[in-house]
Amino acid sequence: MTKHDTTLARAGDTDIRVMRAGEGPTLVLLHGSTGASSWLPFMARLAERYTVIVPEHPGFGGSTPPDWLDNIHDLAYFYLDFFRDQGLEDIHLVGQSLGGWLAAEIAVRNTSRLKSLTLVGAAGLRVPGVEQMDPFLCTDEERIRGFFHDQAMAERTIARLAEVEDEDISLANRFTVARLSWSPRGHDPHLYKWLHRIDVPTLLVWGDHDRMFPLSHGEEYARRIPGSRLAVIGECGHIPTVEKPEEFCRELSAFIDATEV
Amino acid sequence: MQFFNMHLMPYADVDLEAIRDHGTAWVTFSNRHYDPVKGADLYNRYLDELEYADEMGFDGVVVNEHHQTPYGLMPTPGVLAGALARSVKRGKVAVLGRALPLVNNPLTIAEEFAIIDNLTRGRMIAGFVRGIGAEYHAMGINPTESLERFNEAHELIMQAWTRPGPFVYSGKHYQFNYVNPWPTPYQKPHPPIWTPSQGSSQTIRWAAQNRYTYCQTLSPIATVAKFFDMYREEARKAGYEAAPDQLAWSNTIYVAESDERAMREARPHMEAMINGFFKMPVEMLLPPGYTNVESLKRIRAAKVIGKAQTLDDLVKSGVVIIGSPETVREKLEEYQDLAGFNTSITKTQFGTMPTEMARDNITAVATEVIPHFRDRLPRPVDNKEAVNA
Repeated sequence: MTKHDTTLARAGDTDIRVMRAGEGPTLVLLHGSTGASSWLPFMARLAERYTVIVPEHPGFGGSTPPDWLDNIHDLAYFYLDFFRDQGLEDIHLVGQSLGGWLAAEIAVRNTSRLKSLTLVGAAGLRVPGVEQMDPFLCTDEERIRGFFHDQAMAERTIARLAEVEDEDISLANRFTVARLSWSPRGHDPHLYKWLHRIDVPTLLVWGDHDRMFPLSHGEEYARRIPGSRLAVIGECGHIPTVEKPEEFCRELSAFIDATEV
Repeated sequence: MQFFNMHLMPYADVDLEAIRDHGTAWVTFSNRHYDPVKGADLYNRYLDELEYADEMGFDGVVVNEHHQTPYGLMPTPGVLAGALARSVKRGKVAVLGRALPLVNNPLTIAEEFAIIDNLTRGRMIAGFVRGIGAEYHAMGINPTESLERFNEAHELIMQAWTRPGPFVYSGKHYQFNYVNPWPTPYQKPHPPIWTPSQGSSQTIRWAAQNRYTYCQTLSPIATVAKFFDMYREEARKAGYEAAPDQLAWSNTIYVAESDERAMREARPHMEAMINGFFKMPVEMLLPPGYTNVESLKRIRAAKVIGKAQTLDDLVKSGVVIIGSPETVREKLEEYQDLAGFNTSITKTQFGTMPTEMARDNITAVATEVIPHFRDRLPRPVDNKEAVNA
């Protein structure tokens, strides 16, 4: 597995932890509600071809939520500062779930440092009539089962939970997730109005059995973002990066390589 | 000691089997189970019970606020307090309390309480609470903003009551160009403020610093004593000695002619209340941000939430007092001395208890218990032990 290093990086007056590995085009991955506490196999796979940068959002991983962090818009502006302060350009921005919503909020504001955008099982929209799991009204175990289509994989994740999980960190992560997404639940009612502003190549990756933000959310993003393409991954739940890493990486690489030509 | 009669106004006709099947009586338990014909009877019956308590000599009556549950049918307690304002002739009318962070316009609470205070000619007690965790699911308010909203709403209401209007209020969560409520409170500078809590150290400090009466809800008496000590300590830090009147224990009392009979009669109704009406999963009771991570870990580790309790458990740990008049007097004396409170907020109806039982209980508490405590103050436990030795 590609070796990664972890450093602290600063934007404004806020330090965040950043995992980094690989060489090649810059790929920034914005994590979802469970944080970015470990270097996952799909990251290592991508680091064989790209410079993979995984920042941990302020308020995650046990860091004290900054006073300025009230909503997803604050976080979007923070990352625009972060990209500038770190001198990142031609970024292939990839966000999953909460991080997908964040990536969309960043992109409607400013795409000047983005080369492409990929949203994976992204939050951010409300699709009328579509039933979603309430991630705040279930146990940790129920939530994990809700993430996966393959329930055997869910059970293995649950079994590992006690050994790998730091309770302080996971509870602090839940705090920040609630701060950003409690109400309106997991979306910004005004985001859809501005998705047409996204003027970089956009890929949407969705599991066909996503119960958190079902496929209709991907279809809605596809309708709203000009020229975007929706790639549906079969037999897959909310987290294609973990449940179907090979398929996910294949889709993403093909997309990124096409934009690099 | 002063005694208040508190009602939760449960939907006593609830289908307990349906709650058991669903797993909780809160937020997601469908209101298809609510029958307004039965509800109408219950509201009128419960108001009658509170009025009866007033006639029998309680110092006041208490209503409170919960949302989307048969546990308590008072999502807007001001309506019930308004009804009581005209019929409760002697005692105080306390709303303990309104959950400030749940409203998007706290001025409506300043107005509502001021009306009740005017109607009662100054017999209103104003309660400010954050609401339990379940309300944040029910009302769609972000629990991580609960404390901020509470503090800001409190500041706004106090200003609305004490500063001549109109004036501008500009906060993070609430903004008004014109704060100028008509009416203003009858009592000056404002009605007494009480703060019920499950024992958050932040709330205890805040209440002590503001010299507000602190009410401890649904806890074993040893825990109550610990929290009241904390309040007294915070008062000393703020430069004064807390009076026993500033400490209120929110309890449940049931009196019958013998201990055995009291236990037998109270059991099904109390167990329905604690294991049925009150049952909820931890993620509903404690959403992220409602408490700090340390308290949350402590509560999760204790794994007490959702565990079935018997009446015997509750009696033994001193959450409730059930027994003959003599037993009840003895226990209450012991608890008063242990925890050092001088206000008892007493529920005489609970769970599925029918009205005849509830009224007999009000009579018994009013005639067999209250007179005994009328002039009694808490006695320091150290002295008592010295006497016993």
